[in-house]
Amino acid sequence: MEQVATGSRRITYDARGLAEPHAEPPRTAVIDGGKATFDAADLTTRLINLELRRLIYEEGISDVTVQNPGAKHSIGVGILQRCRITFEGSLGYFGVGLIDGPEVRITGRVGWSVAENMMSGVVVIEKVAGSLAGAAIRGGDLVVKGSVGARTGIDQKGGTILVGGDAGTMTAFMMQRGRQIICGDVGPGLGDSMYDGQIYVGGTVKSLGIDCVEGEMTDADQEMLDRKFRIYGLDKPDSFRKYVCGKVLYNYDNLEPSEKKLVIH
Amino acid sequence: MCGIAGIIHRDAEADVGSEMTNMLQAMKHRGPDSTGYALFGPPTDLVVIRFKLADANDPRDFDFKERLERHRLEVESRLGKIGAHIDRVDTETEYAYRALVRYEGDLKALADYLEDVPGCEVLSLGHSLEIVKDLGDAAEVAEMYDLGSFRGTHAIGHCRMATESDVDISGAHPYWAYPFSDVAVVHNGQLTNYYQWKRRLEASGHRFQSECDSEIIAVYLAERMAEGDSLEDAMKRSLDELDGVFTYMAVTGDSLGVAKDEMAAKPLVLYESANLVAMASEEIAIRAVLDREIDTSDPYEGQVLVWSR
Repeated sequence: MEQVATGSRRITYDARGLAEPHAEPPRTAVIDGGKATFDAADLTTRLINLELRRLIYEEGISDVTVQNPGAKHSIGVGILQRCRITFEGSLGYFGVGLIDGPEVRITGRVGWSVAENMMSGVVVIEKVAGSLAGAAIRGGDLVVKGSVGARTGIDQKGGTILVGGDAGTMTAFMMQRGRQIICGDVGPGLGDSMYDGQIYVGGTVKSLGIDCVEGEMTDADQEMLDRKFRIYGLDKPDSFRKYVCGKVLYNYDNLEPSEKKLVIH
Repeated sequence: MCGIAGIIHRDAEADVGSEMTNMLQAMKHRGPDSTGYALFGPPTDLVVIRFKLADANDPRDFDFKERLERHRLEVESRLGKIGAHIDRVDTETEYAYRALVRYEGDLKALADYLEDVPGCEVLSLGHSLEIVKDLGDAAEVAEMYDLGSFRGTHAIGHCRMATESDVDISGAHPYWAYPFSDVAVVHNGQLTNYYQWKRRLEASGHRFQSECDSEIIAVYLAERMAEGDSLEDAMKRSLDELDGVFTYMAVTGDSLGVAKDEMAAKPLVLYESANLVAMASEEIAIRAVLDREIDTSDPYEGQVLVWSR
């Protein structure tokens, strides 16, 4: 802990409260066959993650249940293995980010940036999610049964985000690939500056962002929607409208003026 | 980054001092520079004045203590001159004081007269509002000012990561909506038309005690309310007139409100039940007072919500 003196009084900084460089897994999980359960109520973020990693990587457990995560931040990040993880409760910010493979179920809600940069796997959230859900995901399915905050799937590069409720402002901002399915209403600036990908909206759209246009629903789209709703057992709204990139801002194959000159000569 | 929190008990009194301490301490990682509280105790006929005569960082020169004592006596003498009957003046810390006075006159005149004493800043003024702010985390500030025993109905709080201005008490939140009785604001974000508003509000006679952009919100709301707007109307109007990114909370003697800018760039998690509303930048702060599985939601962009007792 760093001590910083200010005036006559000293302030104690432990900005994150998380610095535990020499922590060991608490080894409190109850292992029963291929399943394990542990209570996270009195554990710090670091200890919860160490225990989770011990069970999955060292003990080879493929089904872990974490009780009472208590809305702590950065839980379950960086798990790069196929397994099943259940969180009985809510996660804070940056939950299950940077994962590749796990099937995660969260019985509560999540804060900002859930499943950020997921490569593959499934994350199902029974309640609501904060802003930036599924930011920059490249693959996998992120299912939020309730509503989500702003900028859902910002910079999304693949995978599917399925939202049972409403979504906030700048949803799918700079989306590059993949799809979003939003059953409820969407805030202003939907699909602003998107490059590619598809957005399906069941409710109303407050306004479209720059270079986002309505697209034509095809049979393949309908088939995909039916399949996703069937997999996750969600009620499918009667109709969807599809939004895609208008490609008006596409300037990628334009050469720089100096390069053009080279071509001409 | 900064963390903000608010809690209102709609039909009872509670230990809001320790509740707010727990909420803010849970968000210490969002800002450890300073911590502040706007607490509402049971309303009295008397006026509660929280003021300071020096900042925590001020150099302790050889006549520091003597000067503070002299200035405190000057404050007391001025209270008498302006027609306030002093009930008591308590010394809270080396430089912060709490006065209880009987006073029926104009609060602006009172605040201006007191702040004319060198080093004096009126932190809050009202019949139930008490603003307490100092350097350090919530546990340190609560201990310094003995907030564990503070009972009341509602409160807002702030833990600050200084970005726009100095780490000192003047730059700490909450801000009192000078010269309005019992109105205070905490803010997480940055305001980009700060100087525009500061010049405009100064021209219409408002005073600023800090270089912190957040002080604008408190003074802005005060001016809107002086022109007859309700708290809710003033907050709604602020969404159009204040530029930047912000989630801010405002409190009055009987209500607690929150406003979120149209970019929804700053977080807020809200828990609402029939008799309790608790909200904060992070859910863990709410969990610090409601230690069970709860249903919370995140208000959307451009939303203004106000709860009254």
